[in-house]
Amino acid sequence: MIEYGEKIREIALKLLKNKEVDVFIGYKKGTVPMMNEPVLITDPDQVESLYWDSFCALNLCNYLTKRTDKIGIVATGCNSRNIATHIVENQIKRDQLYIVGVPCEGMIDHRAVMRTIKQREITDIREEGDRFTVVGKDFEETFEKKTFLQNNCATCTHRNPVIYDEMVGEPVEEQTDVAPFKDVEKIEQMAPEKRQGFFARLTSRCLRCYACRNACPLCYCPTCFVDESTPQWVGKSIDPTDTLTFHFLRAYHCAGRCTDCGACERVCPVGIKMRQFTKKLNKDCQELFSWEAGLTLDQRPPLDVYSPDDYNEFIK
Amino acid sequence: MTAKIFSKKEWTQALEELKQAYRVFAPVKDGDFHTFMPLENGKQPDFDYPNSRLSPKSLVYPESERMFEFSLDESDSDAYILKEAPKDFSPQAVVGIRPCDSHAFQIVKRNFDNPEYQDPYWVQHFESTTLVGLGCNTPCSTCFCTEVGGDPFSEHGLDALMIDLGESYLVKALTDKGEAFLNSASGGNSADDAGLQKAEELAASAREQIKVSVPTDKLQDKVATDLFEAPFWEEVAFACLNCGTCTYLCPTCWCFDIQDEISGKRGDRIRNWDSCMFPLFTLHGSGHNPRDQKHQRVRQRFMHKLKYYVDKYQDGVQCSGCGRCVRYCPVNIDIREVCRKMNEF
Repeated sequence: MIEYGEKIREIALKLLKNKEVDVFIGYKKGTVPMMNEPVLITDPDQVESLYWDSFCALNLCNYLTKRTDKIGIVATGCNSRNIATHIVENQIKRDQLYIVGVPCEGMIDHRAVMRTIKQREITDIREEGDRFTVVGKDFEETFEKKTFLQNNCATCTHRNPVIYDEMVGEPVEEQTDVAPFKDVEKIEQMAPEKRQGFFARLTSRCLRCYACRNACPLCYCPTCFVDESTPQWVGKSIDPTDTLTFHFLRAYHCAGRCTDCGACERVCPVGIKMRQFTKKLNKDCQELFSWEAGLTLDQRPPLDVYSPDDYNEFIK
Repeated sequence: MTAKIFSKKEWTQALEELKQAYRVFAPVKDGDFHTFMPLENGKQPDFDYPNSRLSPKSLVYPESERMFEFSLDESDSDAYILKEAPKDFSPQAVVGIRPCDSHAFQIVKRNFDNPEYQDPYWVQHFESTTLVGLGCNTPCSTCFCTEVGGDPFSEHGLDALMIDLGESYLVKALTDKGEAFLNSASGGNSADDAGLQKAEELAASAREQIKVSVPTDKLQDKVATDLFEAPFWEEVAFACLNCGTCTYLCPTCWCFDIQDEISGKRGDRIRNWDSCMFPLFTLHGSGHNPRDQKHQRVRQRFMHKLKYYVDKYQDGVQCSGCGRCVRYCPVNIDIREVCRKMNEF
């Protein structure tokens, strides 16, 4: 995917020079290995800093909310689905956007890389085609990218952007033979007490730093329920009940809207797998409403609509 | 002061015995990273670690600490009276703390223990703590302690320092507390010249390995309002998620919030870490928020660490160069880069 960088720079330069957009949102190369920084560019002279590789795993849609200018933005499959959701939810207008679509082969899981190299210090990472080489002070190892994909990317079925104005490359083949909900099914089968214990362990390291919430483009409420103080709905200490309440409610707020982009897990400083919550709701939405978020601009998310001719009995 | 050499096995054994006199905390492998944990329930220390993911500040300054407890039951004679909540100030030893994190305790001390104000909880926790450092033979690429007044083998703020000699640890007592700790440890032999010499060489080699330059020399001469109005803040802040990762992982961030929590007829007054990245941090009762915008909050974090602290205490920056925020900021906002921008402005 590293070769997309050149094309992204080319398109950004064209857009900014021709004043087709006011700003361009992409990534610049990070100062530490496996990290890249979202960047907003306004000057055609700055496009050289734009960069792309398999560590661009945040969700740039997060930076669009309520902007009023004309924006060029880089979007992978999941990012484009969030942009679609943003448009449907009136957080941005379609005609404000020039979407530069990236056919995505998945992002590399930086934690899996660190585990494999036994947490040794990395000085450089080089990506070449479907392989990448990790360089340290006294080692150099090459790996196949597909065995190191982030969990959400490994089971992704929408790698190509669903809306775009221009693509940086030919569409990639979509994955079909994947089972995204295996882990959720396992949890569904647990007895309630066991499941409660599982959730308690899952969130036990939580610091309440809210990186998961803030990295998520769906979380754009002017004031989040955990930050309400009159009245205060949730306690602010690291009491396990309050922490679990935060995670559950955050997940429910994302029901039918989550694209499983994985930004929440990617940013967690202590490695909590909070996608276990959102994925359950994605599964329910698929089963109950045949719905996957962000695939269309013509429909609102299922929990956001009421229809008298709804085929589900329970709603009548 | 005593200096002893323990074989690694002897040292683990000694820590086991020291548990009779101290609550012993050490880095323990915890999934993908290390966490300072009490050595109990069979937990084994692992000193072959870069640094703990979370700084050990929570051992003196817990993320959530019950300050008081109270009853709301009017039939109680002491209803509505705040009573001290029980706390554990028994002796604890934090073994294997990196010198940057010890330096950080000295920075934080300025806030919690100064001539004007002594925070009773922080002071009692700190005074009951023996800090046994571990020199960094191999600093990480994100380390910059030497640029902010520290050193990979700094003894500053430590009660004792361990040095990994390969097959053994050289442990040097540095204060009376450290001396008491070391004298309670069984085993070991008096440090010989060869061991001391090797420790010197390791320290010199570690210093050599830190190549990064993070100049802070011009910060003090800047006019605070000029830096405050500098044109780069919106650019620096663009990617920021306003999460609490940097401030919660930082060993020198000290801000807190106090909350009353009630369950039925009883309640607790709790002190929680707070973060200047959160909008709620500065929200006034009136609804006005003086730091309503993201860039204002990001600016506050850097200005506090790299300018206001510098001006107030005249002794360097409020950063010990541990590099946690550099490494774990989810969007790669790098304090070294921001510091360069501020210093050059």
